[in-house]
Amino acid sequence: MSNIEEFRLETRQWLETHCPASLRTPMSEREVVWGGRNATFPSDDAQRWLQAMGERGWTAPTWPRSYGGGGLTAEQNAVLQEELRRIKARPPLYSFGLWMFGPVLLEFGSEEQKQRFLPPIVRGETRWCQGYSEPGAGSDLASLATRCEDHGEHFLINGQKIWTSYANLADWMFCLVRTDTRTKHGGISFVVFDMRTAGVETRPIRLISGDSPFCETFLTDVRVPKDQLIGPLNGGWEIAKRLLMHERTNISAEAFGNAAGLDLIETARQFVGLREGVLANTDLRARIARHRMRDEAFRLAVQQARTGHGRSSSAATSALASSFKVAAASLNQERCELLLECLGHEGLGWEGEGFSTDALRATRHWLRSKGNSIEGGTTEINLNVIAKRVLGLPDPV
Amino acid sequence: MSMTPDQQMLEDTARQFFAERSPPGAVRANRTAGRSFDPTLWQQIGELGFSGALIPESHGGSGIGYRGLGLVLEAAGRTLCASPLLQSSFIGAAAVLRHGSAAQQASLLPRIAMGELTLALAVDETPHHHPENTRTVARHVDGGWVLNGRKRFVADGDSASLLLTLARIDTAGAESDALRWFLVPSATAGVTRQRLHTVDGEGFADIEFAAVDLGADAALGTASPTSWQDVLDVACIALASTMQGSAEAALALTLDHLKTRTQFGQLIGSFQSLQHRVARLHVDLQLARAAVTGALDELDARGHVTADPRLHRLASLCKALCGDALHDVSNETVQLHGGIGMTDVHDSGLFLKRARVLETLYGTSSHHRDRYARLAGI
Repeated sequence: MSNIEEFRLETRQWLETHCPASLRTPMSEREVVWGGRNATFPSDDAQRWLQAMGERGWTAPTWPRSYGGGGLTAEQNAVLQEELRRIKARPPLYSFGLWMFGPVLLEFGSEEQKQRFLPPIVRGETRWCQGYSEPGAGSDLASLATRCEDHGEHFLINGQKIWTSYANLADWMFCLVRTDTRTKHGGISFVVFDMRTAGVETRPIRLISGDSPFCETFLTDVRVPKDQLIGPLNGGWEIAKRLLMHERTNISAEAFGNAAGLDLIETARQFVGLREGVLANTDLRARIARHRMRDEAFRLAVQQARTGHGRSSSAATSALASSFKVAAASLNQERCELLLECLGHEGLGWEGEGFSTDALRATRHWLRSKGNSIEGGTTEINLNVIAKRVLGLPDPV
Repeated sequence: MSMTPDQQMLEDTARQFFAERSPPGAVRANRTAGRSFDPTLWQQIGELGFSGALIPESHGGSGIGYRGLGLVLEAAGRTLCASPLLQSSFIGAAAVLRHGSAAQQASLLPRIAMGELTLALAVDETPHHHPENTRTVARHVDGGWVLNGRKRFVADGDSASLLLTLARIDTAGAESDALRWFLVPSATAGVTRQRLHTVDGEGFADIEFAAVDLGADAALGTASPTSWQDVLDVACIALASTMQGSAEAALALTLDHLKTRTQFGQLIGSFQSLQHRVARLHVDLQLARAAVTGALDELDARGHVTADPRLHRLASLCKALCGDALHDVSNETVQLHGGIGMTDVHDSGLFLKRARVLETLYGTSSHHRDRYARLAGI
């Protein structure tokens, strides 16, 4: 038996023992485990599952063992992911630390920083948030103005961040700050700090969906120890861009794709009805078919990228990240719009009696999906990235 | 499944070969010479092992597999190369491999691999693809079959030596629902063909079958209710590989123009409205590519297992996505080139014309979306 087949067998046995049966079912948004100091778990099983996976390093399967990761090769990780999908195991942990901060810390952090920050991310003990956008720096992120001054012993930070996902629930922030006002991209640094530091204040923002996944974060005379600068002073932009690539890949692969709830085809059949064996509304049917086909192709693309299909330079990965982000955002928005259209009046409820729970959830998802083409780099910005970096088109004069 | 080093090398070889030996301009040369393809080129394709790519070594082929031959077709599609590669080496060889009897395989495969025997799929009878409405009839008689009917718009129909023809079975004077593929040598008495001059200059023909006497071994393999669809699935996947290549090449041509053409004192490729249009085409092509790769991998993974609903779905998926992508790219190629794009001297028009022919063959994108929807249950 080859090594990889042996690994598959061992993995299968281990998962059989450690993945509780109750976690081999579809997960709703409320059941997501985010970890952190104030972690909440929907069940004891969910806590045990995170603990088992964290101890084995399989929440971060390819990170080195010395930082608590699983130390797996890409091939082994592909097998692990296949086996997890096979038993329909829920992800033990959702984490910006795993998806975004960890990968850049591995690349740009000092040995001490990796030892300090990575293992708690793997075990789900620290919940991270992302201090990127500011009121005056959205698509033009590099114009950010949050000041970070050198005060000898420490840095002193003053400014405001916005669209900080779950800042009110996070333990630590990775944050872009301005350390030099004379140059734009070359005056940005990447720092991290504890959200309990004096001067950090968060305020949730209510969205059209009624949800408040984002916050405003106010930073007033926040003192940050100097060993919490990641990478060189004024060298933050490179790290920022790399992290965005991880964010875009992840948004595409995870966050949109797994929206639980109503199935589009089933809903269409039920609410629109069939005539002579096909959907009664032929125009809607054609649009659903077109959507489903692009959706299936997108899933194939993600799967092929995961298993290292074709060429995999870092430029190719970055290129793919923007394409995937554009496609994933439009597909999820399309799906939500089609679902709403299928539901008709049933899809227009806000809350309360008279509407099914599933329909109410679909309506909230539809509203939330409007953010998909805005967050993590707008579709327009990602098209700019594709045009410039992938297709090699010139900058505007 | 990742691309293996062998496949990577194959792709490099194929791209270089077609770019050097048969650039898009060869379409004009063929047009001037009044031929649908260049026989010397076909011989060279055979020498590279491409014509026997699907065929195992035991039958004289190179056994490169579906993904491998898909990469070759894509490379040929990039330069709009006309040859029997698509019809004979991919579709014809796959049909014989997947459905042929041992005797048919032994007699046909080595000659297909050599390139001396070429096949063409004779399926459509009306301007639209409706194989289930086939009216060409094969009547079972003592010791064989008699074929009557008319096929239209047969790709490579002017040159193929063996016509893989879809016909309805007629037993004891009663037409049945059963459709079956027949191997009809084009030189058989009662077969007449008329060359069609299509916009892309390739070798299409209408073919008449008037009381064509065929042996018992003319029927492909044994009777099976699903094999006729399987051959068309494979044909759609082969076409999609070709279309993917043509679409990528047309986009590359357009990008070159955007990077060299100056107006208002700047490269027109610096205009954001144009950048976003081509960036969206790029995203569409990524999705189309994933669909083709998924379908080719599925063919390789399943060997010659046939009649698989998943394959029906993947075939329609990649035919429609590649068709849509090529449609849009070919229109934008003309538009973004401006005046020069309208002229015969420029390659834009060659891509546009070939695009529509490939999109229409074996079902338009719309046809395949409808099929996909049925398969999905709506």
